[in-house]
Amino acid sequence: MGNLVSRKVQQMQPSGIRKFFDLVLGMKDVISLGVGEPDFVTPWQIREAGIFSLEEGFTSYTSNKGLYKLRLGISHFLKHNYGLEYCPDEEILITVGVSEAYDLVMRAMLEQGDKVLVPFPCYVSYGPIVELAGGVPVYIDTKSNDFKLTPKLIEKSIDKKVKAIVLNYPSNPTGVSYTKKELSEMNRMLLKHKITVISDEVYGDLTYDFTHTPFATLLNAKENTLYLNGFSKSYAMTGWRVGFACGPKDVIAAMTKIHQYTIMCVSITSQMAACEALVTGRKSVEEMKREYKRRREFVVEGLNKIGLKCHAPQGAFYAFPCIKNTGMNCLEFAEKLLKEQKVAVVPGSAFGPGLNDYIRISYASSFDNLKEALSRMDTFFKNIRRR
Amino acid sequence: MDEILEILKKDARTTAEDIAKMLKKKAQAVKDAIRKYEKEGIILKYKTIINQELVKDNDASVRALIEVNIVPQKDLGFDKIAERIYSFPEVASCYLLSGTYDLLLIVEGKDLNTVAKFVAEKLAPLENVRGTATHFLLRKYKEDGVVLKHKEENKRIAISY
Repeated sequence: MGNLVSRKVQQMQPSGIRKFFDLVLGMKDVISLGVGEPDFVTPWQIREAGIFSLEEGFTSYTSNKGLYKLRLGISHFLKHNYGLEYCPDEEILITVGVSEAYDLVMRAMLEQGDKVLVPFPCYVSYGPIVELAGGVPVYIDTKSNDFKLTPKLIEKSIDKKVKAIVLNYPSNPTGVSYTKKELSEMNRMLLKHKITVISDEVYGDLTYDFTHTPFATLLNAKENTLYLNGFSKSYAMTGWRVGFACGPKDVIAAMTKIHQYTIMCVSITSQMAACEALVTGRKSVEEMKREYKRRREFVVEGLNKIGLKCHAPQGAFYAFPCIKNTGMNCLEFAEKLLKEQKVAVVPGSAFGPGLNDYIRISYASSFDNLKEALSRMDTFFKNIRRR
Repeated sequence: MDEILEILKKDARTTAEDIAKMLKKKAQAVKDAIRKYEKEGIILKYKTIINQELVKDNDASVRALIEVNIVPQKDLGFDKIAERIYSFPEVASCYLLSGTYDLLLIVEGKDLNTVAKFVAEKLAPLENVRGTATHFLLRKYKEDGVVLKHKEENKRIAISY
């Protein structure tokens, strides 16, 4: 019997986290700073809305695009918060998290061989999904500029085949974000080259040092931007799987076509809960954000003190320190730290090539955990120096 | 609310040094702010929330909510009589309420008998007390924002994207 798996998938790189994952699962009493989701449970009133909807018998499909009430809520929210206007009928699609939205955008937009710029370090799925959709990811290394993308860095990678660029700010795994001024500069350049922006802003609510600016709010950018966001990170709703895409109506219509054949619609329970999140969840978002910010200060200070150089992340809940001075590569570092001190971090190599000198630390963990983890890392580091 | 208060409200044992790191302030500045709060009476006390059900040899294992109707005193209103009542060590909390009764007390004792005796012998006979209704507390689920049960196991897996 021949190989049942298509060549396309055979060639796909497995996620760099996987092997490490299995190692962690087999151990007890591990403090995990490897988790890419909030450590809060979804606020009760949101959970309760989900439960209530089940009691009331809301167990059916919804329209393909998602509950109108939810699309309307999102439309109001974006207008009220950012002055961003999207029509709930034609320009908003509810998806299974940002992950599905991202997949749909790529499948809806790309022709065979179209290039997509993917600045990295970046979230693990960006490149592979482009490939699955027949496109070619062109990776832009931002390491030399403290992981910050600039128009100059983008321009170097542009040629006629480039159709789109993926932006993710605040960024997983680096926490880097951009001010309105920085984004405007990128916008001008991208408009000039007619490059569409796929903007994953799922961490937008968790921006600490300045106000988050959705890319679509920039001058003339809206028609050129797919704005992706979701409920997972802001409202601690990762497991509910609710995201959304906003953009030009022809693209949203194309995405809806694929969505209706593959997914049909997002679970109605989750959509009902998301409606509640928009109405009563903002206070919880602000509370969680303050808490993350405090943890950020604590962790960044702690890491730098230990001797792991770490720039201050401006958003999300990740720190991305350099471990070069330990003399180990990230896999070795993460494995030893886990075995010797029972602290789990994610090796930087999971987020792109050439990132062997970095690890990702998530500070979405209780203050006590963070304190203990830092102290264990300190011990670990001192032991290394003694060797 | 100031963030220092927000942090201490969650965990009163957070040190000034740790708070300073979290808020990117000098430790001394945090210490000064806390001292000022203490001086102004905004921070009154630091206490521990104990799950009484799990404590053996407990002097406060029985609790009762007691509604008290009182006759206010001329010129002094409710305050003077409230003071007479809350000064008893058995009274853990004392609130003045609007509605069908005036004071709500939380009274603690080592058993039913102690609490009943307190009501019968100390509280009810007071001159200005018109009547009482005692409700024994059967179970505490949540107190001052803290749910009283063992820490729940973390349901998250250790690594994710």
